[in-house]
Amino acid sequence: MNIYRSHVLICGGTGCTSSGSNKIHEEFDKLLAEKGLENEVKVVQTGCFGLCALGPIVVVYPEGAFYSLVKVEDVSEIVEEHLLKGRIVDRLLYREDEKSNEVKPLNEVTFYKKQMRIALRNCGVINPEDINEAIGVDAYQALGKVLTEMTPEQVIETILDSGLRGRGGAGFPTGLKWKFAAASKNDQKYVCCNADEGDPGAFMDRSVLEGDPHTVIEAMAIAGYAIGANQGYIYIRAEYPIAVRRLQIAIDQAKEYGLLGKGIFGTNFDFNLEIRLGAGAFVCGEETALMNSIEGNRGEPRPRPPFPAVKGLFAKPTILNNVETYANIPVIINKGVDWFKGIGTEKSKGTKVFALGGKIQNTGLVEVPMGTTLREIVEEIGGGCPNGKKFKAAQTGGPSGGCIPASLIDTEIDYDSLMSIGSMMGSGGLIVMDEDNCMVDIAKFFLEFTVDESCGKCVPCRVGTKRLLEMLEKITSGKATMEDLDKLEELCYVIKESALCGLGQTAPNPVLSTLQYFKDEYVAHVKDKVCPAGVCKALVNYHIDPEKCKGCSLCSRKCPANAITGEIKSPFVIDTDKCLKCGVCMEACKFDAIYKK
Amino acid sequence: MKSLAELQQLRDQISQQVVLRKDREDGIRVVVGMATCGIAAGARPVMSAFLNEVSKRKLSDVTVTQTGCIGMCRLEPIVEIYMPGEEKVTYVKMNEEKVARIVAEHIINKKPVAEYTVGAVQE
Repeated sequence: MNIYRSHVLICGGTGCTSSGSNKIHEEFDKLLAEKGLENEVKVVQTGCFGLCALGPIVVVYPEGAFYSLVKVEDVSEIVEEHLLKGRIVDRLLYREDEKSNEVKPLNEVTFYKKQMRIALRNCGVINPEDINEAIGVDAYQALGKVLTEMTPEQVIETILDSGLRGRGGAGFPTGLKWKFAAASKNDQKYVCCNADEGDPGAFMDRSVLEGDPHTVIEAMAIAGYAIGANQGYIYIRAEYPIAVRRLQIAIDQAKEYGLLGKGIFGTNFDFNLEIRLGAGAFVCGEETALMNSIEGNRGEPRPRPPFPAVKGLFAKPTILNNVETYANIPVIINKGVDWFKGIGTEKSKGTKVFALGGKIQNTGLVEVPMGTTLREIVEEIGGGCPNGKKFKAAQTGGPSGGCIPASLIDTEIDYDSLMSIGSMMGSGGLIVMDEDNCMVDIAKFFLEFTVDESCGKCVPCRVGTKRLLEMLEKITSGKATMEDLDKLEELCYVIKESALCGLGQTAPNPVLSTLQYFKDEYVAHVKDKVCPAGVCKALVNYHIDPEKCKGCSLCSRKCPANAITGEIKSPFVIDTDKCLKCGVCMEACKFDAIYKK
Repeated sequence: MKSLAELQQLRDQISQQVVLRKDREDGIRVVVGMATCGIAAGARPVMSAFLNEVSKRKLSDVTVTQTGCIGMCRLEPIVEIYMPGEEKVTYVKMNEEKVARIVAEHIINKKPVAEYTVGAVQE
């Protein structure tokens, strides 16, 4: 086997791929071959490093040089200087603070320092398309241990004891789910993986599958052994082409190595795995709808009970866990329950991956121990809001979750604390909002999403969410009364109590939580007919401050509606009747003379 | 893959490669001078020889890397070996035969090969 002196890791996650990382890969291959270094330097495509905002990312070992925002043109310099002459290309190194210009080792950078990568442990370390690399970092060791040393009961006991809870959102104890399914007697059972990940802004499951698909395959086989199932299905959305492709490669390689199929490790345990593609309907992330969809039926939920552990896929006992949940299982088996229990809070053990998005400096993927405060995630790891804006709220749990206002920024995040403040963990999307975001508008955004995604089977969700959205539209257009606000709240509770599945039951959460923490903004829209953040178009007018206007006519020339008139060198005026409120003038003005009110 | 033992064997073999990607401060570093002077004097076969030895002997805590010119071009190829807690040792006028001995005596048995070092040559 050839040992290379240097490894060049290139991020092949969706983020970096869309900013051109595969071109960079090709360029490295080409230039290394030209220099005759192809037997000394290994180029590896890996999964996500997490710092998606600064992609494409290239890391060179053994030095651990972390190059960010790499362009194809930079490759020749890295090859020439770093790989040939051993001089690190300083100008391309990641710096967390542009002013101090200081380069720190990766594990001391604020973005990584507070992180603890369990589910993402191999993302950005191995080549996900090569099973050998996965095996080199312990893949399938836990499966081997389980099959040769443990009984199914012991496996379930271990998972139960670890306190692992479902990472898909609701936080149901994983071991308990397995225990119920194991207790159901049947000739056929199934293991399913939920990789539908429909929350806007969430992409942790995609990254795990793109960066370390074998961990999910291994965990599903372990689950199969624990509950007595020999067939698994991974339900993944077709919009994740890279993840689907790598997963298929991983399944094929595992079969070739005999790690899936008949008589794994010489035992009498058989396990097979298949991929099922989803068409991207949000409701198919709900467990009963997902199973209907795998069966080839319309993706609609059905009432529970019976729960899937009793009567699930094809009416057989089934367990369904989320990708990130599975990614934790092999580590728990390998490192032991006590190690895992040592991480996190009393009732939420381990870590959670969050997809940081919205008004935040370091957009990307972070994994932190449960109990990390929102402040640590947003201000330290995330680097705070860009352009010095003030943090207003964070939205967790997607369309099912709620907002955490700035006043609760020191909340230690775990399943129960989020629940108690009216939000929820959800799959882990964390959208940051600053002072320029209107909270009513945010609630409206999520309602638009649920109205679109409601499957239409039950009335509270199909009609109720539509009415909710209409009320919100009335508020943002300044036509609502205080009575409407009361009605809005009442309807929220009706939908919560009467909808069929999780989608409908949680759909009013964004409205309820913004009502709870930002009632004054709602009242401002209704009573004063103003949008304090200046977002809702109907309530905002653009004006020119005559003191500041120099009469340069730039805004007037840019205005698409010819709504701005005036004479050169004297203040211009906006005709609010003609104004489209597009904001072009405000961006164009060099003197900050245009304001919204 | 018939058994767990087979899997573990494969794991041990590969982890030797992947270990390079861990940030670590311990471990032994073999640094080969690979500026124009070093390469002209034959540094590349020396580096390959080190890589081969490391691979053959499964030395998981050794990284082989390169550096630029350190100024003594007449003594190239030059190799420096850094062991944790020890002074660095500089070997000069390296060739492939010397590599095997240095790996065996210095890296494995922790006794530097005095006669190949820069001190011995300059006296």
